[in-house]
Amino acid sequence: MILDSKIPEGPLAEKWTKHKFNVKLVNPANKRKYDVIVVGTGLAGASAAASLAELGYNVKAFCFQDSPRRAHSIAAQGGINAAKNYQNDGDSVYRLFYDTIKGGDYRARESNVYRLAEVSVKIIDQCVAQGVPFAREYGGLLANRSFGGAQVSRTFYARGQTGQQLLLGAYSALSRQVANGKVKLYPRTEMMDVVTIDGKARGIITRNLITGAIESHSAHAVLLCTGGYGNVFFLSTNAMGSNVTAAWRAHKKGALMANPCFTQIHPTCIPVSGDHQSKLTLMSESLRNDGRVWVPATVATAEKLRKGQIKANEIKEEDRDYFLERKYPSFGNLVPRDVASRNAKYVCDEGRGVNETGEAVFLDFRDAIKRDGKDTISAKYGNLFDMYQQITGENPYEMPMMIYPAVHYTMGGLWVDYNLMTNVPGLYALGEANFSDHGANRLGASALMQGLADGYFVIPYTIGDYLAQNPAGKIGTDHQEFQKAEKEVKDRIQKLLGIKGEKTIDHFHKRLGKIMWDYCGMARTEEGLKKAKAMIKELKAEFWSNVKVLGDNEELNQSLEKAHRVADFIELGELMVDDALNRNESCGGHFREEYQTPEGEALRDDEGFAYVAAWKYIGEGQEEELVKEPLIFENVKLTQRSYK
Amino acid sequence: MNLTLKIWRQKNNSDKGGFKDYKLGGVSEDMSFLEMLDVLNEELSGKGEDPVHFDHDCREGICGMCSLYINGKPHGPQQTTTCQLHMRSFHDGETITIEPWRAKAFPVLKDLVTDRSAFDRIIQAGGYVSVNTGGVPDANEIPIPKTIADMAMDAAQCIGCGACVAACKNASAMLFTSAKVSQLALLPQGQVERKTRAEKMVAQMDAEGFGACTNTGACEAECPKGISITNIARMNREYFSAVVSSQNV
Ligand SMILES: Cc1cc2nc3c(=O)[nH]c(=O)nc-3n(C[C@H](O)[C@H](O)[C@H](O)COP(=O)(O)OP(=O)(O)OC[C@H]3O[C@@H](n4cnc5c(N)ncnc54)[C@H](O)[C@@H]3O)c2cc1C
Ligand code: FES
Repeated sequence: MILDSKIPEGPLAEKWTKHKFNVKLVNPANKRKYDVIVVGTGLAGASAAASLAELGYNVKAFCFQDSPRRAHSIAAQGGINAAKNYQNDGDSVYRLFYDTIKGGDYRARESNVYRLAEVSVKIIDQCVAQGVPFAREYGGLLANRSFGGAQVSRTFYARGQTGQQLLLGAYSALSRQVANGKVKLYPRTEMMDVVTIDGKARGIITRNLITGAIESHSAHAVLLCTGGYGNVFFLSTNAMGSNVTAAWRAHKKGALMANPCFTQIHPTCIPVSGDHQSKLTLMSESLRNDGRVWVPATVATAEKLRKGQIKANEIKEEDRDYFLERKYPSFGNLVPRDVASRNAKYVCDEGRGVNETGEAVFLDFRDAIKRDGKDTISAKYGNLFDMYQQITGENPYEMPMMIYPAVHYTMGGLWVDYNLMTNVPGLYALGEANFSDHGANRLGASALMQGLADGYFVIPYTIGDYLAQNPAGKIGTDHQEFQKAEKEVKDRIQKLLGIKGEKTIDHFHKRLGKIMWDYCGMARTEEGLKKAKAMIKELKAEFWSNVKVLGDNEELNQSLEKAHRVADFIELGELMVDDALNRNESCGGHFREEYQTPEGEALRDDEGFAYVAAWKYIGEGQEEELVKEPLIFENVKLTQRSYK
Repeated sequence: MNLTLKIWRQKNNSDKGGFKDYKLGGVSEDMSFLEMLDVLNEELSGKGEDPVHFDHDCREGICGMCSLYINGKPHGPQQTTTCQLHMRSFHDGETITIEPWRAKAFPVLKDLVTDRSAFDRIIQAGGYVSVNTGGVPDANEIPIPKTIADMAMDAAQCIGCGACVAACKNASAMLFTSAKVSQLALLPQGQVERKTRAEKMVAQMDAEGFGACTNTGACEAECPKGISITNIARMNREYFSAVVSSQNV
């Protein structure tokens, strides 16, 4: 199988403009003859659904929450990047492109990343026009902050609730189209399968989460905007319902899954407090603008601290190790996430971790408060400080925060070409659900940018190219492929309900999460991964013979919802391990201990692995087939990533 | 700690429903309220009993999905969301009563899960600026005074959870509706449709069966995001100035 990434010819900076001119168009009067299904109403889905409806397409939008406004994008805190260069500090489209490629450790497509940087500036304009209340300076113009992996201030924000405000903006545009009758909403509806007819995506099968009804929906194109799969680790910063089900079912229907092992572990999360923990809470990366990361310089001091014999704020300056500032003087506390996370792990592994479990480092605002005053710090981060106090019971204005890395984002996802189409014609993937722009590590504030770029400014152009080549007119749901897919979904539900085993669903999810975290988390080895693979196989067999799923299909049944998701996570987990085993190099968030520089930095192998690893599903219980898309770098020089 | 939980159980929308008591031991203070319910549900599932259904997703106090009426207060004793409420706010031996939001416009679907789609329909009635994607001016073309932008942001922080409705004896949705009306009325981008927006959103609010506002301020007191009732005053001004010159009604 050969993957065609459809990257347009020509110089990097002209590719998108040329492509927009070259793609086929659907004339305005014909657009209403095409139906488009959008699964997911996060930034990617809501922006796509609204924009396509504005153009005249008939859109159906699905989400599993009770309202589209609650998609997981709502939780993003820190900000959104755009190469506006409003600060006059040397930013440009090229610099954002370069930072993103380098930040991704040279494992992303140049053409896609350049386009992302190019359209970034329009996103901010669009959001402001919708009434998104971004932070402003006293002169009335937009304010910016800096984020990891960049030396310019290009991050736009709305207090610590940027994702919320951007999503509510996209949701308002979506709501307007609902009122116009161009979008039909299906909340509390879960996509259970993709339907393909003659190799093309023609619809989906859904389950109504209130009544349990299994339904068919047809369309000329299907867009999966279903977010990331970080919950494969059980504990992550993702919302509880975030899942891989939509993407995984598409994968089993032929769509390739690319770089599944590329996971982002975010350095600044509130540490785990006990076994009851259901999710982890992120403290926005923006905190690293003013907070200083440190641990005690010696194991002895750290031990005293853990035993409660000494308090953090009593530790003298010379007994502190500001390890990021020490090792990376030019980026300091603002090194990219993978670097910050790995270094936190190292100091904890050395025995210098700071909370009871020894798995935490400090993020200290003492100096910032001294410098700028408590009010200034509170104005910038007040809600985050409050949240921290709410969860931990400690006051971060007086005591340094404790943080530890946690799973946060998945760079891997469905393989897509330059048009955001998967290898299944008519099936698209947008936002975190695709693999396209962040390589092996995503820079902070770039996911929101990508979600909105995909939905507002890319898909409205590229979808026309496909639709124009496909006849309009109703596609019925009476085709046998719909019936077949419906039956498969119903059978699977009956199978799950029929197991009547002894272990709860969470039991399996927690076990899977631990395997993934221990062996396919921040540091990976061949030996560990092989072990993990065997353990997951065992877990899968046990799940399908001993899981207890209560209740019936014909009701609101949260156990059944969860069971579907966990079953898919288990299969995905195995593929992630395969992918991590295949990639005999370290890059970005993928750190194989066998491959590191003498200083402990990730050691890439550009000769062997400058490719996208896309995996093809072959059949139940069979090893997936690896398909490579070579990455060609014509504009940037591949170098050892250095933030020193 | 050991707790007695008095929980509203209702099989579906047409079921009458009623309270059921559960004993739960081994609850730690560091647990969030929802994690405490997770523990209960693991126990129930282990015994083959239907777990207690409740809405939740982000567990970070921002999606607005969680929605429990705890000991007679929406989101419980603290001014925060249920998912951010921690068990250190309760004490050993306590009996905790847990109910769904109670409002005609929010029918119960199962146990503690309600249908809040009425809120979506209020936004659909006019909670937006009518701009299409593309073709908008540069983001810095219209400066907005920081104080105005900040006030708009204060209103925009609403998470649409419905606590304001649950807190109100009339089940009024004025705080929710006014937060959106205010945000857009404050910003230059919202000016063009200012009048019709207030009118249409208020009309939809009434059509959904939410009650009238009698200014008791219960909504503001229970709002986990601290949305102020000054927004209601602003919406009233918007609304009255709109109906005076209205061509719609
Ligand atoms: C705590 C946190 C903070 C973050 N902060 C930032 C930040 O500051 N800046 C930044 O750039 N990025 C940030 N991110 C990352 C960013 O928020 C996400 O990557 C991004 O919002 C994903 O958007 P999306 O539209 O792709 O998917 P989502 O917002 O996850 O939406 C997924 C949608 O798909 C639907 N869905 C999923 N599965 C199904 C199914 N089977 N059937 C039906 N519907 C389904 C859901 O209902 C939902 O509507 C943060 C992430 C987290 C977890
Ligand atoms: S679960 Fe999202 S606000 Fe509580």
